[in-house]
Amino acid sequence: MPITSPEKYWWKPADKEEKLWITIALLWCLVLTIMMPLMHVIGTQNPSVNPMKIKIEDYRKMSDAFIEKYKVGEEAGIPIVEPPDGADVYLRGQVWTWTPILKLKKGVNYKFHISSVDLMHGFSLMPLNMNFQVVPGHDNILNMTPTSAGTFHILCNEFCGINHHTMIGKIIVS
Amino acid sequence: MANGLEFRTCPITGKKVFAATQNLIWINAVTAVVFILIGGIMALLIGLTRWPAVHLLSADLFYRFLTAHGLNMLVFWIVFFEIAGLYFGSSVLLNSRLAAPKVAWLAYILMLVGAVLVDVMVFTGKATVMFSSYVPLQADPLYYLGIILFAVGALIGCGIFFGTLAIAKAEKTYEGSVPLVTFGLSAAAIIAVFTLACGAIIYIPTLLWSLGLITNLDPGVYRLIFWGFGHSSQQINVTAMVSVWYLLGALTVGAKPVNEKICRFAFLLYILFINLASEHHLLTDPTLSPAHKMFNTSYFMYMAVLASMIHALAIPMAVEVAQRKKGYTKGLFEWLSKAPWGEPGFPALIFSLFIFGFIGGITGVVYGTEQLSIKTHNTWAMTGHFHGTVVGGTTLAFMGLTYYVIPLIFRREIIGKKLATLQPYIFAIGIILIALGMGGAGTLGSPRRHWDITFADAVIPYSFDPAVLFFTTIAAIGALVAVAGGVIYVLVSVLSVFFGRKMAPNEAKIL
Repeated sequence: MPITSPEKYWWKPADKEEKLWITIALLWCLVLTIMMPLMHVIGTQNPSVNPMKIKIEDYRKMSDAFIEKYKVGEEAGIPIVEPPDGADVYLRGQVWTWTPILKLKKGVNYKFHISSVDLMHGFSLMPLNMNFQVVPGHDNILNMTPTSAGTFHILCNEFCGINHHTMIGKIIVS
Repeated sequence: MANGLEFRTCPITGKKVFAATQNLIWINAVTAVVFILIGGIMALLIGLTRWPAVHLLSADLFYRFLTAHGLNMLVFWIVFFEIAGLYFGSSVLLNSRLAAPKVAWLAYILMLVGAVLVDVMVFTGKATVMFSSYVPLQADPLYYLGIILFAVGALIGCGIFFGTLAIAKAEKTYEGSVPLVTFGLSAAAIIAVFTLACGAIIYIPTLLWSLGLITNLDPGVYRLIFWGFGHSSQQINVTAMVSVWYLLGALTVGAKPVNEKICRFAFLLYILFINLASEHHLLTDPTLSPAHKMFNTSYFMYMAVLASMIHALAIPMAVEVAQRKKGYTKGLFEWLSKAPWGEPGFPALIFSLFIFGFIGGITGVVYGTEQLSIKTHNTWAMTGHFHGTVVGGTTLAFMGLTYYVIPLIFRREIIGKKLATLQPYIFAIGIILIALGMGGAGTLGSPRRHWDITFADAVIPYSFDPAVLFFTTIAAIGALVAVAGGVIYVLVSVLSVFFGRKMAPNEAKIL
């Protein structure tokens, strides 16, 4: 019984069925282990840029400069920015907006710098459903190429205070 | 307080039950049930708020109650129950007196004060920070103090467990090796020490930060160490739950582990490898390098998965062998169909195993890959995953065990046996619906910790695929069903513990 001490010599070899099960499970675990680096290399789905630390104030300045330089309009008080092809794009999480609204081109690669200037936020690109943690003091660097045109939304999916559920951003791809 | 050496002999198992141990198991288990009651009320209210058709609470109350739900369920209910389990697994199973019962009471008081402090802060709106309390979102310093007190109490409880193991060995209260359940609980307690150390490392600076004594607390580092505590505490639950599975197998059908070596080896794998998995919380974070993430998702993490795979064979196998010995040998499945389905422990064991493995476990392994973490991070699918593990798995197993602890340890007859038998079925159905509903909505991007998925107040409007609403409704209905199961659990256990017929000293009846 599992509630009493086992007999004196319990160090017994496994049965055939047990050995078979453990072997299959172990092999599958090894397959999964190998798949992780393999899919990183041949799947090319994982972000492969090293993230960087950045001072919150520095990030705020860089993001402000980016907005000022490429601003083309405004919607609901949020600046609309159209960066040139291949530019570094700054997307800032701040209670409770994603600034700015971005106008991007299909098929062009952009280097995104996503960070926060206050609390933790969650970047959730809809309807593609791609999610990244946004951490103040750290630059989440993602190389992204829009592959289809249309309007995309960014939800915040990390709790950031009482109006967290209203925090929505927008990316327009043409 | 009872004399530390006073004991009775259990008429069923022949184990010595020391009065001091019995009292401590009683108080910790009863307190656990009080916290599941608080957490359960919160579950009902937040479940009805997430459901857009009802949308019950204001945003303020929703986020407060969501914080309370997480802490009361994930931490207070489970850890109080586990401490009761540790005292049972050491003192009762080894026929030994409990090490330092007075210190064990101190541990209990620390945990209780900590838990009450946390709940007061959360309910008064001074700590609406969610279970994870990510800095720089700040709570009242007393909130962090409450968590620290609770963790210190739990750590002392683990110390009492290890002390009792040492006493039992020194006083030769058992022969040979410790029973498998005690072995499994030892694994849980070892993992708990690592976990609580992580908690101390992160919550002490966070307390100082909330008091203004420290200014630069890196949110990225907080996340890293917090999850060494936050997820690892779920690894304690897994390990304790597997021990309870072996225990329930023994109590319901007399299942005996087929190969002790293999079962113990699997627990050893948990100790060595399971905590590496905690870092998967950071797979979409801007703090770890791509190489680090790749290493973390492959590496030894699958050795812990292998351990679960071994238990997934060993437990049903032990049940099958025990049933076949009783003569249920017809066809492939007579052993299962003739099992004691009309007794609460058995369905609790089987559903717990099934939900943990097929819903919680599989989603966990899948979401733990980097690509799928990107698809599910912070979505409701994650919430679905851990309702499969910690509610459908751990909580259901603990509920099933309660129906045996009451007659065996507290010597009270269960009131409402029929309801008690129905309870695991109702609860399991509810949790399956919750987990599937959350998983479905989350896979489509529905966020976790979110008051309004219709985004009625947002400046930039957005609306989800209508399927999200469908899945959300399934989860909400599941929540209602599970809450009904929870209500039955609390009613039956409270009524039985306080008003159940006192059993005669030699009465050898379980249910």
